[in-house]
Amino acid sequence: MAKKKDFAKATPWLSAIGLFVLWELIVRIFNIPVYVLPTPSESIMVGWEFRAAIWMHALQTLYTTLAGFAIAVVFGVILGALVGSSKAVYDAANPLLVGFNSVPKVALVPVLVMWFGIGTVPAIITAFLISFFPIVVNVATGLATLEPELRDVLRSLGATRRDILVKVGFPRAMPYFFASLKVAITLAFVGSVISETVASNLGVGYLMLSASSKFNMPLVFAGLLVIAVMGIAMYELFNIIERRSTKWANRGNPAN
Amino acid sequence: MSNSFVELNNVRLRYSEGDDLALETTNMKINKGEFIAVVGPSGCGKSSLLKLVSGLMPPSEGTVIVDNKEVSGPLKIVGMAFQNPTLLPWRTTLDNVLLPMEIVKPHRNRLRKHRAEYEDRARKLLASVGLAGHEDKYPWELSGGMQQRASLCRSLIHEPDLLMLDEPFGALDAFTREELWDILQNLWMVRPFTVILVTHDLREAAYLADTIYVMSKRPGMILVQRENTLPRPRDQETTFTQPFTDLVHELRSHIRDVRAA
Repeated sequence: MAKKKDFAKATPWLSAIGLFVLWELIVRIFNIPVYVLPTPSESIMVGWEFRAAIWMHALQTLYTTLAGFAIAVVFGVILGALVGSSKAVYDAANPLLVGFNSVPKVALVPVLVMWFGIGTVPAIITAFLISFFPIVVNVATGLATLEPELRDVLRSLGATRRDILVKVGFPRAMPYFFASLKVAITLAFVGSVISETVASNLGVGYLMLSASSKFNMPLVFAGLLVIAVMGIAMYELFNIIERRSTKWANRGNPAN
Repeated sequence: MSNSFVELNNVRLRYSEGDDLALETTNMKINKGEFIAVVGPSGCGKSSLLKLVSGLMPPSEGTVIVDNKEVSGPLKIVGMAFQNPTLLPWRTTLDNVLLPMEIVKPHRNRLRKHRAEYEDRARKLLASVGLAGHEDKYPWELSGGMQQRASLCRSLIHEPDLLMLDEPFGALDAFTREELWDILQNLWMVRPFTVILVTHDLREAAYLADTIYVMSKRPGMILVQRENTLPRPRDQETTFTQPFTDLVHELRSHIRDVRAA
């Protein structure tokens, strides 16, 4: 049993290592030139060489991502609560939200640059714009799918709308909310890196753009790996928070 | 002034303007502390009747009077339980039972200060339905029958004058169901409250109710009002006696007529 469990724990690491080995082998066997696809070992070595620069740019990206994400959480929860608890707001806001979400956010970056200049601010706003939608949808869904019988039970006790929201709505929406955070944080990285690539002189997106203009492909891939690692770390963080705070929703799963 | 606790006067219901009638002209008088059961084919508006009396739905015509006042919005004194126990999965059984206390006045203002007293009350109620020792378990750790007992406790903890039961035992196995009949009868005999039980189980109606109403197909209307004078407390033996089986047969033939009509 213990062996089986150890193996299950090791699988994500094994698959990651497997991917790197496969990548390394393909590049070496087919003799792919480094300016097309560098090997992972080269990328990691170059990444180590430029660690000071990468560290600085990664911190910038992490900062803009988290700032945008934080705004998205606040905004998403408020809008989600409004949309989820009122049919009228839902009808009014839904087409706008869907329409807005269909607009590619990269197309908005030039607009943001006109308004706010280049650098940190448009990156934060892009991260926010791209990541609030799943939070709104999930919070609204959690609130709107309250069982009608339960609502009847509470209303016949004299519960106000606020009572129902506080006692049942929000606790019930928590698993939906935390699930959306995992999606939103990864989207926020997409937003900030897009903005940095288009309009910034700081951040991993900018680092990759300037590296590729110098044909330093290993450094480009080092940047990609750094983004992936940050994304996984944040995703895992919210995964842990989710499991801790909504244990009741993961019942029947002893691994939790 | 009348001496009945719940009164429906020429009540008709359509769900929205221009719809067919869901409930045809209905008149009912229920005394304080009376246990009534409403039986009828599915979709006959039995559940709508509960919503009308509890004020969750306004009648299209006619008036609903509870405790000498016309009902104009949700009543605040009602306990409700449904086929689905609807317990909150993030709360323990004890906290689920205490939920009404966080909402009903004056308890909601007293709960924090007198927590121990209320917990004690909830524990006693849980013990009376055989759930002692399960207070700190979560709903999913309980069987279906235990969840339904907890749901019954939640509907009674604030000692409502009016209890609405919408097929509360419908999803349970026969043994558990009959056990819960006894539990409900006991609770009701200790402190009589007015009960409106909606069910499609004729034996359940015959076992529990003082008065049984048989409703027609949609648009629902009351076809038969049958007094049930079997002595209380009724128990398993009662269900094998002639008067009980006669009553069930009689109800069954009414239902047959309704379905054939």
